[in-house]
Amino acid sequence: MADMRTPLNRVRGLGAARGGTEHFWRQRLTAVSNLPLILFFMGFVMAYSGAPFEEVRAAIASPVVALLIGFAFVSVLYHMRLGMQVIIEDYVHDQGWKVALIILNTFFPIVVGAIALLSLLKIVFGA
Amino acid sequence: MSKITATQSRPLSPHLQIYRFTPTMAMSVAHRITGAALYFGPLLFALWLLAAATSAEWFDFVSGLFGSFLGRLVLFGYSWALLHHMLGGIRHLIWDTGRGLERDTSTRLAKATLIGSITLTVIVWVVGYALRGGF
Ligand code: HEM
Repeated sequence: MADMRTPLNRVRGLGAARGGTEHFWRQRLTAVSNLPLILFFMGFVMAYSGAPFEEVRAAIASPVVALLIGFAFVSVLYHMRLGMQVIIEDYVHDQGWKVALIILNTFFPIVVGAIALLSLLKIVFGA
Repeated sequence: MSKITATQSRPLSPHLQIYRFTPTMAMSVAHRITGAALYFGPLLFALWLLAAATSAEWFDFVSGLFGSFLGRLVLFGYSWALLHHMLGGIRHLIWDTGRGLERDTSTRLAKATLIGSITLTVIVWVVGYALRGGF
C-alpha cells in the first residue's frame, strides 16, 4: 500500500527532534565546567607524575582534591558522551551499528566514572 | 494527491572537498578529531586512580607504564590534543556570544588556536619536568 503519510509525519518520533537545543546547551555547560576542572587536573598530574605511591595517595585523600578530581571526571565524561553522540549520528548511518554505538557511548562513560569514583572514595576513606 | 518525492531527491550539501581549504575549516576538523581522541583518555586516568586505590605494586606498575617512553609519548600527544581542544572550545564559546565571527577575526582565531596549543604544550612539559626535578 502506498505510504500516505507526509514526510514530516514519517520522521516524527525517529530522532532527536526538539532534543537538539538541550544537547547543544549541555555541551556548552560542560565545556564551561571542564575548563577550571581540567586545568586543576592537569596541574595535579603534572605535580604528581612519577611521585611515589604514598605521596599520591596522601594527596588524593584530601577531600578537596578528591572532590575536584571527581567533578572533573563527571563533567568530562558527560561532555565527551554528548560530543561522541553527535559524531556517531553524523557518520554512522546503518541503523544497527548506530544504535549499538549509541548504547556503548552510554555504557562506556558510566563504567569509567564508576571506576574513578570508587577509587577516589576508597582512597579518601582509607580502606 | 501529489506524489511525495522528498525521499527520492533530497538536496545534499556540498562536502568538504568541494570547498577551498581555509584555516577555520582545518581547525573545525581538528576540534572534532581531538575531541574523539580525548574520549579514551579518562579511562587511562581512571585506571591510574584504580591502581592507586589498590596496592603499591599495581600503582608502581601503572605509573611505570605512564612513565615509559611510549607512555610519555601518548601523554604528550594527549596534552596537545587537550590544550588544542580546550582553546578550540573557548573559541566556540566566544562565537556563541555572537562575537568573532567576521572572516578576518575567525581566521586569526583559528591560527591563534594552533599556535597557542603548541606553545602551551611545550610550556606544560617544560614546567612538568621542572616540577619533578627533571627525571
Ligand atoms: C577545557 C575543556 C573543554 C572545552 C572548553 C570543550 C569545549 C567543547 C565544545 C564547545 C564543543 C562543541 C563543538 C561544536 O559544537 O562543534 C566540544 C565538542 C566535543 N568535545 Fe570538548 N571541550 C573540552 C574538553 C573535552 C574533553 C576532555 C573531551 C574528551 C575526553 C572532549 C570531547 C569532546 C567531543 C567528543 C566533542 C564533539 C566534537 C564534535 O562534535 O566535533 N572535550 N567541546
